[in-house]
Amino acid sequence: MNRSAPRSIDQYLRQLREELAGSDSALIQDALYDAEEYLRAEVAAHPDKSESDVLELIASTYGAPDEVAGAYRDTEVKVKAAMATPRKEAKSALGRFFGVFLDPRAYTSLFFMLLGLPRGIIYFVLVVVGLSLSAGFSVLIIGVPFFLAFMAVCRVISLAEGRLIEAMTGVRMPRRPVYQGTATGFWARIGEMLKDPRTWTTIAYLILMLPIGILYFVIAVAGLSVSLSLIALPVIGVLAQAGWFGTGAVEVFSTAQPEWVFNTGFGIPILGLAGVLLLTSLAHLARGIGRLHALFAKTMLVARTVSSVPEAAQSGAALPAH
Amino acid sequence: MDDSNGRKFQKELNGGLVGLVLLAVLAESDEDLYGYEIAKRLANANDGTSIFKEGTIYPVLRALSAGNLLTSRIVPSYSGPPRRYYRITEQGRGVLAEWKSIWRGTRDFVDRFTETEHSDIGHSS
Repeated sequence: MNRSAPRSIDQYLRQLREELAGSDSALIQDALYDAEEYLRAEVAAHPDKSESDVLELIASTYGAPDEVAGAYRDTEVKVKAAMATPRKEAKSALGRFFGVFLDPRAYTSLFFMLLGLPRGIIYFVLVVVGLSLSAGFSVLIIGVPFFLAFMAVCRVISLAEGRLIEAMTGVRMPRRPVYQGTATGFWARIGEMLKDPRTWTTIAYLILMLPIGILYFVIAVAGLSVSLSLIALPVIGVLAQAGWFGTGAVEVFSTAQPEWVFNTGFGIPILGLAGVLLLTSLAHLARGIGRLHALFAKTMLVARTVSSVPEAAQSGAALPAH
Repeated sequence: MDDSNGRKFQKELNGGLVGLVLLAVLAESDEDLYGYEIAKRLANANDGTSIFKEGTIYPVLRALSAGNLLTSRIVPSYSGPPRRYYRITEQGRGVLAEWKSIWRGTRDFVDRFTETEHSDIGHSS
């Protein structure tokens, strides 16, 4: 509280980041972005004053870092509470198990898994083409601009990926891009970008999305097709008995192996029940994968804040590399 | 002690008022506005010192935007990061009209007790 008032934009942002330490990293990114917009505009609006003179008054206009941090925390809590759909929590274990079908996140997460394959392919192709062309062009004059353009595309994709993840899983992701700062020169800016670990984790994420996306896609498709066909079995069996598919269908059932399943009268309902259980488990799995993936994306795509290293280390320990 | 009491009271009052004022400013404006511009308009309307800290309007702008009361677009800027310009939506105008009438009712109610020192409240009892 009683530390020295910030005298430069960088100091202000550092203090704001410290005040927000422990908050959601996406919220921190947004708050820093807003503050930077204001502070830079304020400095630009007073060309006759030095940056430290402008910053001297900032606590009485924009607010001191701790006040601003408090405003973000309060608003975030209120908005979250207002936007969250109240959900009835089932008490019994059975209710909790099947209650997953009432959770929209289960469906969106499953859809998100299915989207994994196309997304993975697009990102992979983009990164491989972008990196190899950058390497190839590096001997030419267009090499550096090309690499910068490639990185800009990666940043936009990582923001879009974050928006998609928040929509699908409900985990807070940044709503603003990371502002790169007004690095003094062209080469300084490139140097910053190459030194920034987030550049490399973003690229790694986009590449990893291919194997991960394939895995998600396979789990979703295999799980859905097996469980849905198991559920369909008793229905088709009844319809076949009723003669809906002609006489041949009954024969298929009566000759299907193993005989004790298809010809004893209770085997097929048990298969149908197994299908329901499998589908429910798949919904739970999808929801869990959605949450895990959101955490994974957050560690890879969202800037790690310097001051929250202990917190980041904790969540990092709970998060094995996928 | 006095000062901190006053600030605490002001902060509590501001809770809902910031949203109302922001909606009103954007409803009055013919053009889209960005955070800094809105902050300066508020400060200029009050002789250069805003009643709320300007840093507190940004999270409220985002909250209003998330509630579909405002729409926004991003425009690059020379002085810093790209600016987010806000515009009020039809839904926002509806909410503003409702909030305005609530505010008037509240203000009149509070005024009845605080404005007139020798009001008839004391006499009637």
